[in-house]
Amino acid sequence: MQNTNTSARPEFEIEPVDSGSIGEVERPLSLFERIATNETVQRFAILVVLILVWELYARWLNNSLLFPTFTDTIGTFFRDIKNGVLINRTITSMRTLVIGYAFGLAIAAVFTTFAVASGLGTRILSTLTAMFNPLPAIALLPLALIWFGLGTPSLVFVIIHSVLWAVALNTLSGFRAVPETLRMGGRNVGLKGARYVGLILIPAAFPSILAGLKIGWAFAWRTLVAAELVFGVSSRSGGIGWYIFEARNELDTATVFSGLLTVILIGLFVESVIFRAIEARTVNLWGMQT
Amino acid sequence: MSMPAPSSSQALLAVNGVTLQYKTPRHLVTATYRVNFSVHQGDRYVILGPSGCGKSTLLKAVGGFMSPVEGEITIRGRKIDAPGPDRMMVFQEFEQLMPWKTVFQNVLFPMKVTKKFAREDTIARANSVIEKVGLTKFKDVYPHMLSGGMKMRVAIARAMALEPDILLMDEPFAALDALTRRSMQQELLSLWDQLRFTVMFVTHSIEEAILVGSRVLVLSPHPGRVRAELDTDRLNYNNIDHVDFGAMSKRIHNLLFGEKPKQPGAKEGATA
Repeated sequence: MQNTNTSARPEFEIEPVDSGSIGEVERPLSLFERIATNETVQRFAILVVLILVWELYARWLNNSLLFPTFTDTIGTFFRDIKNGVLINRTITSMRTLVIGYAFGLAIAAVFTTFAVASGLGTRILSTLTAMFNPLPAIALLPLALIWFGLGTPSLVFVIIHSVLWAVALNTLSGFRAVPETLRMGGRNVGLKGARYVGLILIPAAFPSILAGLKIGWAFAWRTLVAAELVFGVSSRSGGIGWYIFEARNELDTATVFSGLLTVILIGLFVESVIFRAIEARTVNLWGMQT
Repeated sequence: MSMPAPSSSQALLAVNGVTLQYKTPRHLVTATYRVNFSVHQGDRYVILGPSGCGKSTLLKAVGGFMSPVEGEITIRGRKIDAPGPDRMMVFQEFEQLMPWKTVFQNVLFPMKVTKKFAREDTIARANSVIEKVGLTKFKDVYPHMLSGGMKMRVAIARAMALEPDILLMDEPFAALDALTRRSMQQELLSLWDQLRFTVMFVTHSIEEAILVGSRVLVLSPHPGRVRAELDTDRLNYNNIDHVDFGAMSKRIHNLLFGEKPKQPGAKEGATA
C-alpha cells in the first residue's frame, strides 16, 4: 500500500479518566423502583382490581341466584371450611388425585425407560403417545365406569390416562435433547446403565421433565374435577366436584362459587407455590430456564 | 519428513494404521485412512488439518467413543476399546459442563464417580486444581454465570483433577473470542510447565498448533492421511516474530495447501 489518507492522520493515546467523575456508573435501585417492578406486587394488584370489579358488578346486578357477590362467596367459603365440609371434600379429591398422579408417573417412568433403551421402544412410545395424547381423559370415563364401576378406581384410571402421556412425551423428548458432549462426558468417566441415566440424563433433561410434570398435574386436576361432576359421590364421601354439583342442585350459587374458588386456589397453590419452589431450586438456579 | 516407526518403547499412545469410518444417514464416510503416529509422555501433541480431515474423529477414537475399522490404538500397550477416565476429553462446546452442578461440584464429579482417589483427598484436589486455573472466587457458582473462557478453564480443571494418562482436547478454544483464546493458550502452557501432563490437542489454526504444540501432526484433507510430523517445541510466544516461526508457519501452510492430494469423488465434508 502506498501513502494513503489514513497515514496522514496523527496517532494518539489517552489516559483513561477516573471513573468517579462519570456520575451514575452503577447504583442499587430505590425501594420504590424495586416494588413497582416486583412481579408478586403486580399480580396482587391485578387480583385486587378483579375482586373490586366482581363485587361492584354483583351489587349492581343484585341477583344472588345468578351472580353472588364476592363477600357472599367468601362468607360461604369460610363457613364451609369451618364446618369441615369443604376440607373433607378437598381431602377426598386430593387423595384420589395423588394416587392417580403417582401411578401415572410410575407407568411413565417404565415406558420411558423402555423407550430410551432401544430404538424400537422409542417408536412404540411415540406411536402410543401420538394416539392417546389427543384423547381427552374425560372421554374415557364411560368406559372406565363399565370396567371399574362407580368409585375411586374409575377416577384413578382417567387420571392416569391424563398424566401418563404428557409426562412420558416430555421426558422422552428431554432425554433426546441432552447435548452430545454431556453424554460423552458421562461415558468418559465410565458411567453406564442406571447410573448414567440417574446422574446425567435425568438432571440434564430436568427442565423438560418438570414441564411434563406441570402439564400432567394440570390435566389430572381438570380431569378429576370434571369426572366428579359427572358421577359425583362414591361411598358417601364426594370430592370437590361433587360439592359443586350438589350446590347447583340446591340452587345455592354462592356455594357453587366457593367450590370454584377452591378449585382455583388449589390450582394456584400447586402451580405457583409448589412448582415455583421446585423451579427456583433447580432449573432457575442452574440457568437452564429463565 | 522421516517417520520413525511408532514402536518406540517410551510411546504412551500408539496409533497404528488406523482407518476410521462413520455413517451419516446417506453416506459412509471414511474420516481417516491408515494413520500412524505415537504420542510420548509429556508431549503437547497437536493434530492439525483442514475442516473435515477427520482430526476430531481421530480424537474420539482415542477417547474410545468409536472403534477403528482397520488398525488399532493402544495406550501403555493396552488396546483401547471403550471410553475411560485414563483419557479425559475436553470439548469445544461450553455445554460440556453439567449446568446443575457448581464449578466445584463439576470438578469433583469425575473423581467421585471413578473413585480413583480416597474420598478425603478429592476435595483438596478439586480445590487445588480450581486454584491453579484461577477460579477459586467462582468455586460455588453455577456454569451459566461464567464467561466462555471461565467455562473452558473449568472443563480443563475437571479433566486434569483426575490426572489422566492423556488429556484429549477437541478444538477447546475454537468457540472463544480471539483475545480470550490467546490468554487461554498461554494459561494452558503455563499449566503444562507446572504439571508436565501429556495432552493431545486438535486444532485447525496453524498459529495455535505451533504455539501450543511441541509436536504437530499435519493431516491431509478428507480422508485424513498423515502428511508430516513436525517438531515445534522451541517455537512459542517469545519468538512469535522470529523468522523460524514464520518459516514453520509457511511450511505447514504449504503442506496443507501447496500441492493438492488427489481428492476422492465425495465432496461431502464431515465437520466432526
